[in-house]
Amino acid sequence: MALSTSLRSNLIKPLTALTALSSTHRLRSPFSSSADDATVLTIETSVPFIGHNCEPPSRNVETTPKELLGFFHDMALMRRMEIASDSLYKSKLIRGFCHLYDGQEAVAVGMEAAITRRDCIITAYRDHCIYLGRGGTLFECFSELMGRQSGCSKGKGGSMHFYKKENGFYGGHGIVGAQIPLGCGLAFAQKYSKDETVTFAMYGDGAANQGQLFEALNMAALWDLPAILVCENNHYGMGTAEWRAAKSPAYYKRGDYVPGLKVDGMDVLAVKQACRFAKEHALKNGPIILEMDTYRYHGHSMSDPGSTYRTRDEISGVRQERDPIERVRKLILSHELSNEAELKSIEKEIRGQVDDAIAQAKESPMPDPSELFTNVYVKGFGIEVAGADRKEVRGVLP
Amino acid sequence: MAAIFQGIGAAAALPSTEKFHSQSRRFVSGSLFVVRSDGRPSLGSSPRSRGAQHLITNAVAAKADASATSTASKPGHELLLFEALREGLEEEMDRDPRVCVMGEDVGHYGGSYKVTKGLATKYGDLRVLDTPIAENSFTGMGIGAAMTGLRPIIEGMNMGFLLLAFNQISNNCGMLHYTSGGQFKIPVVIRGPGGVGRQLGAEHSQRLESYFQSIPGIQMVACSTPYNAKGLMKAAIRSENPVILFEHVLLYNLKERIPDEEYVLSLEEAEMVRPGEHVTILTYSRMRYHVMQAAKTLVNKGYDPEVIDIRSLKPFDLYTIGNSVKKTHRVLIVEECMRTGGIGASLTAAITENFIDYLDAPIVCLSSQDVPTPYAGTLEEWTVVQPAQIVTAVEQLCQ
Repeated sequence: MALSTSLRSNLIKPLTALTALSSTHRLRSPFSSSADDATVLTIETSVPFIGHNCEPPSRNVETTPKELLGFFHDMALMRRMEIASDSLYKSKLIRGFCHLYDGQEAVAVGMEAAITRRDCIITAYRDHCIYLGRGGTLFECFSELMGRQSGCSKGKGGSMHFYKKENGFYGGHGIVGAQIPLGCGLAFAQKYSKDETVTFAMYGDGAANQGQLFEALNMAALWDLPAILVCENNHYGMGTAEWRAAKSPAYYKRGDYVPGLKVDGMDVLAVKQACRFAKEHALKNGPIILEMDTYRYHGHSMSDPGSTYRTRDEISGVRQERDPIERVRKLILSHELSNEAELKSIEKEIRGQVDDAIAQAKESPMPDPSELFTNVYVKGFGIEVAGADRKEVRGVLP
Repeated sequence: MAAIFQGIGAAAALPSTEKFHSQSRRFVSGSLFVVRSDGRPSLGSSPRSRGAQHLITNAVAAKADASATSTASKPGHELLLFEALREGLEEEMDRDPRVCVMGEDVGHYGGSYKVTKGLATKYGDLRVLDTPIAENSFTGMGIGAAMTGLRPIIEGMNMGFLLLAFNQISNNCGMLHYTSGGQFKIPVVIRGPGGVGRQLGAEHSQRLESYFQSIPGIQMVACSTPYNAKGLMKAAIRSENPVILFEHVLLYNLKERIPDEEYVLSLEEAEMVRPGEHVTILTYSRMRYHVMQAAKTLVNKGYDPEVIDIRSLKPFDLYTIGNSVKKTHRVLIVEECMRTGGIGASLTAAITENFIDYLDAPIVCLSSQDVPTPYAGTLEEWTVVQPAQIVTAVEQLCQ
């Protein structure tokens, strides 16, 4: 891994000591370290980008120590949250479907680094970490997963329906591929309002074979909508490997007339570079497809062991060679931005935050029965509604 | 039971905060005189005589028949139903820059039924958007745009084509407000012509109101006259909820005189077409005209039917309907949906649950046959309810 550093001499200031973490346990708390904000590191990505109908961006990515440590913290937090959700599911506190994102954290974190909160992100059901990246709190996540009213969707959405409108996170959708036309609609609205922002519509390799993707892509290209379609290719559509589902698994090329870029989705710096490149491209030239080559350690969901269609060796192989958190850890250590002990203490702290959030969420109340009938309509007509046996009037629609 | 009814009655009174004209209050000044699409003058007057032999043979494309007064002196302006829709649409697009239209051939072509004619020249290609033939994704696009605050009107060239967009309409349009805990509003209007036309064939004669009625979170309305078409279009655009506006292929050329001043109707209100005493006939869309034609025959035979155009298919205006049932004690539902799982089936259940004590006879529901609509003219005629069948049903009901 070739690297070069350049130091600006008199700008080294010691950072203040770790500030007390807010009770909402958001992402990105500052650390004490000797790294400063102004040092710029240029790091080469693991593999070069491959372009389709476009000139790929450079392999050399600029970053700062603060950003790298931020990446480490955020990805470790996401990883910890997903592992904790795994055990919550097994102890039946989370029910239904639970699709975990561990292994793919670099995509969520790298994307956030390249964009603003006014850009929109929309994704499918593997949305916990993207929600966190968009400014959601651990408490809101766990509450929603456990169906409590303090959850991000008041407990009425569940694992597959996380949303945060004010931060530009549009969910959270259960039907494979249905979010892509929605994403193009978000881009349409951005173009209509002349916002100079973009939409990242994320989907998986399984959804890449949906017709509505190509319909939406056609329209986005026709009208030059600022839509960036991000294929998170974890190589398995539930139990079906990509080569068994797609005649052409080169998803970045399937846009045909729409340019595409293939990115190593386990390298957070590559993701950041690609997203920045894509944003510039989309604002000028219309849609672009990004294929993130990534991997999920868990099965498709908690009901899928994840080992019937792939070998454990494959999973552990990827974990050893390509794990996104390990890569950033090695970068940090080799550049001496921090040391083992400090990184360990960050992870320990994260564990504490996650445990606290879970405990808090466990204590929080379930939704009130009257919540069954709220938010069906925006402005209703005062109709009385009754429970299933019609003997008890339960509420009045607003 | 009574307590629930009272609750519904009281609570369903219109809570709208905006000004609107209710059908009964549209005659603002005493001199406003409107010729209705069925040719009868209205001002709450009863028919001139029971013996009048004034039968209109064609129940559908009734151009305004010759009324004695000249058109120049009357207030309001005359137009066809599709023009009324366009007028409502244009007024709303002028009023709010977030309102936009998308659909197949709505822009340069002007709309396959001319509802959007001229709008693309006036508002531009982005605001009146010609989409490719991709119902699933352009409906999804409209919904995504609505999530950010735009107010798109999505046109299905024929309602039947919206079956391709069912996933988007059901999951994203209807449910997003709920599953996001109230974060997203989806103020879309999905509109288009449906219903049985003139030998259009099975796939182009579908009645989608029966398929969509279970979707939680949406409202459905059906227009039947130029007056209510314009009013409902405006109300639907202004509503924060997703609204599906059902038009009918055969009603686009109805002519009526509508007021010059701005009016918005209530989405949840039914329309009293003809007050009466003997039987309540509930109908909507094109079947209203078959019912009115049958009503002439019934009046000649000495019956006094009360005809209500329910207009609001979801939710039902149980207040107006209930008051009518309490008065007449007999109900006949005439609809164009198929017998199984149609609007009539739901309405029968709703009335039975709430007003069983007021009924003297079982509810009779006349619907289309449970068959794909055939091409042959005679067969097609037998698929939908005809005025003669309505007359027979009322006679049997009133025995």
